[in-house]
Amino acid sequence: MDEMKEVVKAYVIKEYVEDDTELTYDTPLISGGIVDSFSMVSLKRFLENKYNISIPDDKATPEAFDSVNKICVLVNEYLK
Amino acid sequence: MAYTDKTRGMYGDVLTGLKDAGLYKQERYIHSAQAADIEVEFPAGASLKKVINICANNYLGLSSHPEVVKAAHAGLDSHGYGMSSVRFICGTQDIHRTLEGMVTKFLGTEDTILFPSCMDANAGVFEAVLTKDDVMISDRLVHASIIDGIRLCSAMHDTFKHSDMEHLEEKLQLHNDKRLKCVITDGVFSMDGDTAKLDKMVELCEKYDALLFVDESHSSGFIGKTGRGTHEQYGVMGKIDIITTTFGKGLGGASGGCVSGRRELVEMCRQKARPYLFSNTIAPPVVAGVIKVLEILSASTDRRDKLEKNTAFWRQGLTEAGLIIKAGDTPIVPVMLFNAKLAQDVSRDLYEEGIYAIGFFFPVVPQGAARIRTQISAGHEIHHLEKALEAFRKVGKKYDILGKTKQEIIERYGM
Ligand SMILES: Cc1ncc(COP(=O)(O)O)c(C=O)c1O
Repeated sequence: MDEMKEVVKAYVIKEYVEDDTELTYDTPLISGGIVDSFSMVSLKRFLENKYNISIPDDKATPEAFDSVNKICVLVNEYLK
Repeated sequence: MAYTDKTRGMYGDVLTGLKDAGLYKQERYIHSAQAADIEVEFPAGASLKKVINICANNYLGLSSHPEVVKAAHAGLDSHGYGMSSVRFICGTQDIHRTLEGMVTKFLGTEDTILFPSCMDANAGVFEAVLTKDDVMISDRLVHASIIDGIRLCSAMHDTFKHSDMEHLEEKLQLHNDKRLKCVITDGVFSMDGDTAKLDKMVELCEKYDALLFVDESHSSGFIGKTGRGTHEQYGVMGKIDIITTTFGKGLGGASGGCVSGRRELVEMCRQKARPYLFSNTIAPPVVAGVIKVLEILSASTDRRDKLEKNTAFWRQGLTEAGLIIKAGDTPIVPVMLFNAKLAQDVSRDLYEEGIYAIGFFFPVVPQGAARIRTQISAGHEIHHLEKALEAFRKVGKKYDILGKTKQEIIERYGM
């Protein structure tokens, strides 16, 4: 789980953070304006490719993607 | 439902909120035709003031050009005032098709379809040519009208960092399984005045088999050696699949827009694009005016050459005065002030000096990137620009920002 958190966090920073905003596992990503809801799709596709899972569109909500912690909870549900 | 006091109050609160947040927009009434010298009533009720306009999209100075005005008059006489119909019922005249052919030739594409505006072209084109099996990959700074068009389309949407070609390539790889990939960018970006790297983008689109869309609203008529646009400047004419542009800026400044590009894609718009199907196209006198504009620009490059000289003079003048401008070579020249209040104060003082230029700040540009956006025109003479430079020097001195670094300005005024 911790390794996954680091992977997801690193991806979010590389993709979306343009200055040196600090990011923790709980930083609100979408409601905090770091990830715009348009760009969520690449995050979803990244997770699906990386962990070889398929997240249904109706589960990939802005709420479920709103922090590194929440994203990892979601991914774990589909990791079997 | 009746419009109750409660409803009225609710909207009143929202509007007051906008005012309190400094986001309330106010119009300034111009009593003259659009030109370098205009007469402005501001605030409403104030007596008229003669000012030099350096914030219009009138890049080629054609908005009130006598030949264009004359052609519009003639079009009004020969083809009437309006069509009272959308294109496919009984709203298409010979001159609409003539203009489409001229735009195709001017931009070096295969075919063209007119829209009531470029906002409408951008709103309609994606939905007409893409489906849910496709993906749109857009630059993060594209114009608001493109964002709206993307929202209306069922294709997947992703973004790449502004002008970051490595990031774009990663996204093209990520979405390689889609039926169609469409890369979306502005040719010239309207807030920063920088140009998209179209040579590199064409290369990537060829490598990954993607379509390329470019909005040329701030380029058509003057970017490139003969003014055809950003694709001419980067040597990729004929290789852009979809171009949208407006007749509301450099190309006469009245109104109207178009989609120009691959024959089948234009045909898809004619069959399916909703703003084309459900809204009247450009009115006859305006069509006649735009035809004249394209004749003028095809016959000679004098106007874009003059604009290029004016732009170089203006950029050099501001730099020598010690102001910070965004580097580049387009006639969109942002003077960076970083702080929103400073941008508003400088704009107000410039107006006092007879120079009309507007401050832009969050949320139109990022926080801490407030600026005065200046736009140069072939309608400016050197004496206009000299007077404007003098005003910038005077106001810059008052706020003590001449020769100061970004750091020093932010330390003094805040972000
Ligand atoms: C890049 C860009 N695209 C489209 C438009 C819309 O043009 P029109 O006025 O024809 O709707 C604008 C105008 O602001 C623009 O700047």
